[in-house]
Amino acid sequence: MKSVQERVAALRPNPAVSIGQSIVPFVVAIALAFLIDKFVGPAIGATWAKILLDVGIAILLAGSLNVVNGYAGQFSIGHAGFMLVGGYAAAWLTFYGSVHWFGTKETYGGFLGDGQLLFVGGCILGGIIAALLGVLVGLPSLRLRGDYLAIVTLGFGEIVRVLGQITDRQPKNMKVIKEQTMGELANNLGGAEGFSQIPGYTTLFFVYVMAFVLLVLAYRLKYSSKGRELLAVRENEIAAEAMGVDTTRAKVVAFVFSAFFAGVGGSLYAHQLGALDPKELGFMKSIDLVIIVVIGGMGSITGIVLGATILVVLPEVFRSFADYRMIVYALALVMVMILRPQGIMGVQELWETSLWRKLLGKFRGAAK
Amino acid sequence: MSANIALSIQNISIAFGGLKAVSEFSMELPRGCLYGLIGPNGAGKTTVFNLLTGVYKPDTGSVGMGKMRIDGKKPNQIARAGMARTFQNIRLFGELSVLDNVRTAAGIRTRSGLFRTLFRSPLHVAEERAVTERSLELLDVLGIRHRRDEQSKSLPYGDQRRLEIARALATEPKVLLLDEPVAGMNTQEKMEMRGLIQSLREQFGVSILLIEHDMGLVMDICEQITVIDHGVTIAKGSPKEIQGNPAVIEAYLGVPDEEDPIPAADRAPSEETN
Repeated sequence: MKSVQERVAALRPNPAVSIGQSIVPFVVAIALAFLIDKFVGPAIGATWAKILLDVGIAILLAGSLNVVNGYAGQFSIGHAGFMLVGGYAAAWLTFYGSVHWFGTKETYGGFLGDGQLLFVGGCILGGIIAALLGVLVGLPSLRLRGDYLAIVTLGFGEIVRVLGQITDRQPKNMKVIKEQTMGELANNLGGAEGFSQIPGYTTLFFVYVMAFVLLVLAYRLKYSSKGRELLAVRENEIAAEAMGVDTTRAKVVAFVFSAFFAGVGGSLYAHQLGALDPKELGFMKSIDLVIIVVIGGMGSITGIVLGATILVVLPEVFRSFADYRMIVYALALVMVMILRPQGIMGVQELWETSLWRKLLGKFRGAAK
Repeated sequence: MSANIALSIQNISIAFGGLKAVSEFSMELPRGCLYGLIGPNGAGKTTVFNLLTGVYKPDTGSVGMGKMRIDGKKPNQIARAGMARTFQNIRLFGELSVLDNVRTAAGIRTRSGLFRTLFRSPLHVAEERAVTERSLELLDVLGIRHRRDEQSKSLPYGDQRRLEIARALATEPKVLLLDEPVAGMNTQEKMEMRGLIQSLREQFGVSILLIEHDMGLVMDICEQITVIDHGVTIAKGSPKEIQGNPAVIEAYLGVPDEEDPIPAADRAPSEETN
């Protein structure tokens, strides 16, 4: 029987078609994000637009966590640490950068103007630095699994938080800032007070571009040889090794991919609130994200979207319960876990469920 | 090392605490050969497999495949070098579909990295197609293509064993280690599996090392056999030689002078454990 590599030459796709298929989802992602920003946001009012924004960020963060916890089955509870690192990197670039290069602490320039480009640069920088940390966390974690790995990642999150709290004060006077170079300001991240006055660049557009891009990439990863390696690690590590899967590398890949988008998510988060408080991005934030993944369904992309939407919207809906709303919220979680311990979607995607296939069948029948 | 030797094992030993699980085990697996490794329960057969595939590192001795020394390497490196195995206690990727189990293994022969994957480069697309094509052909060979979309953990037992073999073959091995491939099967299934194992050699050009408790099967299809007991090699030779070997009979029965050794050997499967 012909080997995989012997077959490759004959199966090469038409390059133009292939490149088109590679790019189209990204174009669609940008177009959709633009529509959400332009039409959906204004139509639903300020409160719900804010909730929609939170949902987008939650999808981005939980979706990235899902690659480690869901695909690779490595139980990480330090995701907020990556957020915090990414947020710091981006805030450092946009806040001090704005003062240095634009001479203002406010947002600068219009749609995709200099200010927003700086912000996009900040998000990418945040992602890259978080990804580098992902390697650092990934490496010692490789020998550990289950509860032990959870404790290591928990420790990592706490280390990042505490390091954030002992950084130097953040100078707020423009003159003082301008006297120092960007490099000299790298440790002036606000300490325990948090990093504040971060220009509010985060809009529905940027949040949903990043969220949709993550979903596209997470989908492509899941349905590829690289992604199957991660799933194999989750299912049976010994068998995965015996079948030639480099489980060490697979786990590091998962951590890096996951950390990158957590860093981007942290950047968006920081530029939405205008402040980055290390106390807010501690253990509890990590747990919030784990809950979304578990409720949505470990490893399921559509599950994460559902989970993130439900868990962000629920507390808002329960606002009428006033003081009791967190109890109601917690009860809802308990109910889901009792009724569907595998999460809303389990490991399946929406289009893999029998209900979906039935609906599709009916739809096709009706079309005929 | 001769070019006709697929796998050469020299004096490998391992001890767990005070227990010598395998001592001074040596054998040469000729290219294209179907070689049987037998012994009573707890003899150390699976430990030998674990030593060969890198799950354990041998305390002494060496393992060579072709010109490459593989002892001390990691399991995934050994698999990439061309050794694949099945497990006695089935270890499938339970939540994954039958097809995805095989594709995972076939996927190790792809070259595109994370970026090509995420941006779906033409090479990546071609490789994924090749992986799927080859995996489906393997499912055909093993006769389980009709179950391609089922979760592997929901397969009947016999099909799970077949899937394990399909998955092992997907890694493009030169040497295939089968750990009790017919355990728990009925006579009909055993017959099918026997034909299948024999056909694999020609179809895939693999050399096969087989652990099996079913003496009838081993004596029938293996060209050479090594018998171990308590980690020590007690006999080597053709099926005929093994059947008449007093040390083997003693190991299985504990009685030196049995009148008719063959039916006794046939009784061995009833003692098998998992």
